[in-house]
Amino acid sequence: MVVPLEYYLGVSVALFSLGVIGVLVRRNVLVILMCVEMMLNAVNLAFIGFADYFKAVDGQMFVFFVMTVAAAEVAVGLALVVAIFRNRATVYVDDLNLLKW
Amino acid sequence: MQILFMILAAIALSSGVLVVFQRHPLRSALYLILNFFAVAGMYLLAHAEFIAAVQIIVYAGAIMVLFLFVIMLLNLRQPEEEAKPPHILQKISGITLAVFVALLLIYGFTQAKLPAPGKEAAAGLGNTEAIARALFTDYLLPFEVTSVLLLVAIVGAVVLAKQKLK
Repeated sequence: MVVPLEYYLGVSVALFSLGVIGVLVRRNVLVILMCVEMMLNAVNLAFIGFADYFKAVDGQMFVFFVMTVAAAEVAVGLALVVAIFRNRATVYVDDLNLLKW
Repeated sequence: MQILFMILAAIALSSGVLVVFQRHPLRSALYLILNFFAVAGMYLLAHAEFIAAVQIIVYAGAIMVLFLFVIMLLNLRQPEEEAKPPHILQKISGITLAVFVALLLIYGFTQAKLPAPGKEAAAGLGNTEAIARALFTDYLLPFEVTSVLLLVAIVGAVVLAKQKLK
């Protein structure tokens, strides 16, 4: 009846790897930020699966805090994207090589 | 219930693939919203009703609206003419690394010795009440620090996105 823990972990691993692919392959910084969100979401899913497995509420607390950090990260990250776009008129990470040695 | 989970997992994974491989960031964002809804459904199946609601309100509501807002603000008209398409070697190595990460995670999860599953929680206490009780007793300090973090994020975002610093 209940969903086994392995299913949650499997979906979590798959979503996290998809996020890794997106971060490594895509050039658009907005899509990269979205893939980071997807990875955070995958970790949240693992937390919820474990919380259901142990019948404890602590895993859900951690998801709550991860969501808060994700919201803060997106606000600052998108502000950075807007600031960079204003200065360099690009959102592609290839063109942002100022700090490249 | 497992069938429902399978359907939700299929939706989540296919929309995740579409997020990564769509050309236009706007379409990626829309598929990411679908992904978030599917994951919220999985939270519901795991008896985490409060987190599912927060997922839809915060992620699908607030965060993705912010994303769409920025995408439309920047007005990227020509997504097709990417300056340089990613090098084929970069694509291959990125996907290889991701597969390696996945294998590493699967190895770790299969090697882990989990303790026995927990007992059924005491009846009469809903999910939201249990979370509220934990949030305002054991996790009171992190909860308050969270508000400071959000304040810092607001100030930082405003400062960064402002037109010109005096």
